[in-house]
Amino acid sequence: MITAAPNYELLQQEGLETSLLEISMGPHHPSTHGVFRMDVKLDGETVVELRPVFGYLHRNHEKLAENMTYLSSMPFTDRLDYFNSMTNNWAYALAAEKLIEVEVPERAEYLRVIMAELTRLVNHVTLVGFFINDLGALGTPLMYAFREREKILDLFEQASGARMMCNYFRFGGLRNDVPEGWLGRARELVDRFPAFLDEYEQLLCENEIILSRTQGVGNLSRELAVNAGITGPMLRASGVNYDLRKVDAYGIYDRFKFRVPYTDGDTGDCYDRFMIRMLEMRESVEILKQALADIPEGDIIGKVSKVFKPKPAETYGRIEGPKGELGFYLIADGTTKPYRYRVRPPSLINLTVLRDMCLGGKIADAVIILGSIDIVLGEVDR
Amino acid sequence: MSKLSHESLLKEFPEAQWDEAAGAVILPVANARTIAEWLLASGWDYCSNVTGVDYLEAEVKEKITNDAGETETVTRTEAGRIDVVYHLYSMANKTGPLVLKQRTGREGATAESLTPVWRSCDLQEREVYDLFGVNFNGHPDQRRILMWDEFEGHPMRKDYTEPFDYEWEPTPHAEILEKHQRGKVIV
Repeated sequence: MITAAPNYELLQQEGLETSLLEISMGPHHPSTHGVFRMDVKLDGETVVELRPVFGYLHRNHEKLAENMTYLSSMPFTDRLDYFNSMTNNWAYALAAEKLIEVEVPERAEYLRVIMAELTRLVNHVTLVGFFINDLGALGTPLMYAFREREKILDLFEQASGARMMCNYFRFGGLRNDVPEGWLGRARELVDRFPAFLDEYEQLLCENEIILSRTQGVGNLSRELAVNAGITGPMLRASGVNYDLRKVDAYGIYDRFKFRVPYTDGDTGDCYDRFMIRMLEMRESVEILKQALADIPEGDIIGKVSKVFKPKPAETYGRIEGPKGELGFYLIADGTTKPYRYRVRPPSLINLTVLRDMCLGGKIADAVIILGSIDIVLGEVDR
Repeated sequence: MSKLSHESLLKEFPEAQWDEAAGAVILPVANARTIAEWLLASGWDYCSNVTGVDYLEAEVKEKITNDAGETETVTRTEAGRIDVVYHLYSMANKTGPLVLKQRTGREGATAESLTPVWRSCDLQEREVYDLFGVNFNGHPDQRRILMWDEFEGHPMRKDYTEPFDYEWEPTPHAEILEKHQRGKVIV
């Protein structure tokens, strides 16, 4: 299912000698959000060929993890998608817990959901800020977004000691309980967050420049999205109702009442992807309200030794990360180290359709399309 | 027996094998593409994860009962192999996973590319090619993805040893230095 490039006849224009312009966009281009390169061929301003180039941040995370005990690679998972260390931790813990069969205490389950949804807020708010930044509104919208992110990072710091590299999850629970008064502060943040969303939506969602730059740009059909393994908000923007929090109901997600926003799949353009994230933040706030109201007292971690030898088995654990399906595939061989450790990176696989979405568009639109996919190079290159 | 189970796959294609310990279907490489197309048509619309697993040649100790009825331990050598693992889900029916494996030898490892069936295999099969050295028949764009083009070897193989200085490249400096050490050049 490769969409054909539109037929350009400019080259054959009589008496006009033209040639395609090759641009190597990146790896230091600010719009690539890291060290990512696109080899682009341009006909005037129109993209006629695009090849993504990866690997500038590759450190073979999988090989590193195969040479240490299960628990030792937990802090390394923070560095995959460095905006969302909490959800990375959870996906890895979920996969490893299938190997050792440990019961997670009730309070830890609730705190896991709270941390994951706060992470989703951090991710989406950052993405929207950067997305508007890519559109050319330099600074202000991003600063509004970062102001809110900062409040959540403060909560993370109080709970785990680190703002971004949290390393907070353990097999069978969490590393430590949250400090006194933390839940109250979290409730306050959650209560105030909708006001920020109202303001942000009022500023952005009907802005004429945003509408004209994003609507009808980077369309992605439902069929291609499913076939190309696109997951997360990007899939739902193309009209597929598939959210692992509902499908797998891992953890205790089946206890909360929330909706999964998805479009009718007519366009699946950049505006849809932007809007889905705005709507998802509202649902995350709903989950947070319920979780913070119901959280019980109790233990924070089940009984697990730090070094363990699981029985030979294969397991695949996946969660709905803020960027898509984050999966960990582990093969245990009866020793203290995983025989095979594999990360299924949503950022990388969502880039499969980058070429299809950019071909035939303007080069300025390629920047927005890349921004709307939501990638983090720590996870793309691993 | 629902259509989305490994039993229906094994019934349709008797040449595929069920590996109970791994919970996976071992596909024969020769007609992996045909089976994949059948799977896509029967509802497995989403291929989530593609990866490789490298197994070195190993000596396995096994307890068997011999003709005289006594238990004895024998050692047999298991040949090295590479498995290419696929995790399939169904988005339409919200079920899964179905785990497929293509099994190939370590020397001249070759598997059938499933990218023409599921586009999501594209970058991931390139990664398996890059890091495990498995050639995919019919992959539309098989190049290294994470390592640079000139890189030699496949780092995720279990017997891979990194060179002493993998960034070393011949420079005039090295040549002059060597000549100098032989006493040919006086600085």
